[in-house]
Amino acid sequence: MSTTTTEKNNHFQDHLMEHHHEENFFTKYIFTMDHKMIGKQFLTTGMFMGIIGVMMSMLFRLEIAYPEQSFPILEFFLGKWAPDGVMDPNMYLALVTIHGTIMVFFVLTAGLSGTFSNLLIPLQIGARDMASGFMNALSYWFFFLSSVIMVVSLFVEAGPAASGWTVYPPLSALPQAMPGSGAGMTLWLISMTLFVVSSLLGSLNYIVTVINMRTKGMSMTRLPLTIWAFLVTAILGVLSFPVLLSAALLLMFDRLLGTSFYLSDIFIGGEVLSYSGGSPVLYQHLFWFLGHPEVYIILLPALGISSEVIATNSRKPIFGYRAMVGSILAIAFLSFIVWGHHMFVTGMNPFLGSVFTFTTLLIAIPSAVKAFNYITTLWKGNIQFTPAMLFSIALVSTFVTGGLTGVILGDSALDINVHDTYFVVAHFHIVMGLSAIYGMFAGVYHWFPKLYGRMMNKSMGYAHFWLTFITAYGVFFPMHFLGMAGLPRRYYSNTAFPMFDNLADINVLITYFAIIGGAAQLIFLFNFFYSIWRGPKAKQNPWRGNSLEWTTPVEHFHGNWPGDIPVVHRWAYDYSKPGAKEDFVPQNIPLAEGEESGH
Amino acid sequence: MSAISIIVLIVLVILTLVQVMRISEISSEIQKGKDNEVGPKDNNTQGRLMLLVGFGFVISVLVMYAAWGRLSLPEPSSAHGAEIDSLWNVSMLIINVVFFIVQPILFYFAYKYRGKKGTKATYYEHNNRLELFWTVIPALALAVLIIWGLNVWSTLMMPENKEEPILVEVYGQQFNWTVRYSGQDNQLGYATVHEIAGANILGVDTQDPASADDIVAKELHLPVGKPIQFAFRAQDVIHSAYFPHFRAQMNCVPGSVTNFQFTPTITTAEIRQNKDVKAHVEEVNEIRKAKGEDIWEFNYVLLCNKICGAAHYNMQMDIIVETQDDFDAWLKEQKTVAETL
Repeated sequence: MSTTTTEKNNHFQDHLMEHHHEENFFTKYIFTMDHKMIGKQFLTTGMFMGIIGVMMSMLFRLEIAYPEQSFPILEFFLGKWAPDGVMDPNMYLALVTIHGTIMVFFVLTAGLSGTFSNLLIPLQIGARDMASGFMNALSYWFFFLSSVIMVVSLFVEAGPAASGWTVYPPLSALPQAMPGSGAGMTLWLISMTLFVVSSLLGSLNYIVTVINMRTKGMSMTRLPLTIWAFLVTAILGVLSFPVLLSAALLLMFDRLLGTSFYLSDIFIGGEVLSYSGGSPVLYQHLFWFLGHPEVYIILLPALGISSEVIATNSRKPIFGYRAMVGSILAIAFLSFIVWGHHMFVTGMNPFLGSVFTFTTLLIAIPSAVKAFNYITTLWKGNIQFTPAMLFSIALVSTFVTGGLTGVILGDSALDINVHDTYFVVAHFHIVMGLSAIYGMFAGVYHWFPKLYGRMMNKSMGYAHFWLTFITAYGVFFPMHFLGMAGLPRRYYSNTAFPMFDNLADINVLITYFAIIGGAAQLIFLFNFFYSIWRGPKAKQNPWRGNSLEWTTPVEHFHGNWPGDIPVVHRWAYDYSKPGAKEDFVPQNIPLAEGEESGH
Repeated sequence: MSAISIIVLIVLVILTLVQVMRISEISSEIQKGKDNEVGPKDNNTQGRLMLLVGFGFVISVLVMYAAWGRLSLPEPSSAHGAEIDSLWNVSMLIINVVFFIVQPILFYFAYKYRGKKGTKATYYEHNNRLELFWTVIPALALAVLIIWGLNVWSTLMMPENKEEPILVEVYGQQFNWTVRYSGQDNQLGYATVHEIAGANILGVDTQDPASADDIVAKELHLPVGKPIQFAFRAQDVIHSAYFPHFRAQMNCVPGSVTNFQFTPTITTAEIRQNKDVKAHVEEVNEIRKAKGEDIWEFNYVLLCNKICGAAHYNMQMDIIVETQDDFDAWLKEQKTVAETL
């Protein structure tokens, strides 16, 4: 099997030599089938969506800090939705909704997984490209279309979808219930449908590529942890995204065709609607059957990236490779049987609540193993503080902080009183939002030389990291206290309840942190685009890494390796191995005489 | 005007950054391009920053506890609330212990093992005993929390009643709450959205004999020490009846009836004398005075905690917990469905 792969690859190489394709601008940058370029397309589109998502959060943070006050900047951005600079409550809900949708799906799913799975899977397993370059390109273009429709939905007359990123019916199903549930919601559903198609095309491709196209010697237990994470993420996506697709389609039927999957006994706008027999809770089951695995679809790639970055920059093997793989698999498996912890107070059978509490708290065990293994990897290391390394260490910190509050929220009895409060907002932003975005930043800084053949500026990387790290905790940690005071999320203003008056100062503080943190991302953007064109030229293996992507030349070309694909002789983590001359031994170096294999 | 000045500001910042980059590029060319590589000097600075900022973060968490611990909800005003709170406290204790051990270790290791010239990392790939240790310890702690949590959960969900609970319906609609008492028979009359008309906002079926003595009200009065069985309904979208002071919450779902039961243990008059509540009220009223707003008197309150539309943030109802006598007197003043519809 491996020999045939090598033969095939050699054939491919001959093919490359024979026909040197003339590439024009469109085939090279737009309708490319090269996995590296597609990765870059995902990254830049994801970043563009990220800018929109973060700017939205700046606007609604301003509103929360100074409720119902006038800011000309709000009118500048929101137009009729902020008459005289005062934000409309419907627009507040729309901003919260689209912020969540964009960050969860467009930035941290497509932007993170799409970028790095595409870039790294062929490069790290030793393949010329993805199994199907065409499907891969199709995956990007569905994502692009989906992004365009989501952005277009911001400009419809009645405003974009506003029923929260989970779009629970009946609120999302009935245009009478809120303006955002009109055309904006229809576009949201169309956009998400295309997104699911994109995700499925991509994920199938990742799975096939990892299973079938590894180079000679690259056994599953020699795979870098990044690849393990991408593979398991793709499997999660393939198994769970179709359920979101069906949830979205049924919701569309209810909205457009008058079916009653989710709706029953509704009186709104002075009349009884003809829906009968449906259940809004059914939607929640379907949504969270994707929704919870989705959390790990976001998180696992970030954990994979940080495993790689932490090992490389500690100049040590990742501690407990097999336990790390095992915990990825355990987390992935458990993620399918915990969705009900989002629904403890929907009135579902209390017995189900017990089951979901049990399975949910079990996730803490593999998560703890991961956290401790990261820390042990640092122990007695020779840590090189690249910006990527700083972000990876920050990821471990946020993963621990946010993971711990999961022990509270996963407990049905405790969830009752903090469900849908700011305690939840704090929890998931820290454990999922921050950890994943830190993983994404770490990935960009670490593989920038591989993406663009140049280096990002180190000092700006440091400035970006410290400002982000401090302000992000400054934004989200205080929210725990708001939640413990009983403050519900998605409130346009907290002034309606005098009991929350003494929380106003904290909200102002959070907004200051948010604005500084948001502005700090400009440093990153500037560094990113400046370095693409003006950064110093990268060396072939700037971080002295072991995995195969660093054996490819700096200049990109289709097919990745100019000669044969390297053969793998060892795992990816032979850092500081006793007896070796250097403190790293790339995977394609054969074992020296008498050398024992790494693990 | 402000938009133009913002754009000008952004352009200026970008221009400044470009200049700074060019200066650093030129200077790094002079130093033979070594400037952008991470060296021992950077490791020293960043490692120290890790220690400083990391410990700064851990300390700031302590400061937050000291400064904002008082913001948490006052003691629970329901019987089961005490059980939730003790589970909460123990869970919080456990996660805080882990937090205050793991975070400092993480940042300390980052600092301690910062890269130095001439040192080599220790090749240490796994240790089964160590890994078993930190699999088993969390598993044990979680076993305790799971068993305890499930116990509390089942007492909440399947309460054993010594006396018949009072049946009360809580009804959510955009954007207000209504309650319906079951009256003498302790049975709620049948209600459906098809019956909603005019004053009959809950859609009570007046033909149903059980509905005659039902009482519809806009304030939730509860007798202290009596178990209350709540039935929740919604007429348009999902709402969530959130009683933070009673540690209770249940979604109101159109098309079905959900339930929750609790026993209020502290009257409104008593909780107003609670020292935490008094301090809270005092603090809030100082803020309100400064803004020229009305003085606030503490009341239990029912909030909506599931996004339900534009005025979601202002969907509320006062809850008054009182002695049985006061409750009976209040109830007597209310008109029954038979009298109003």
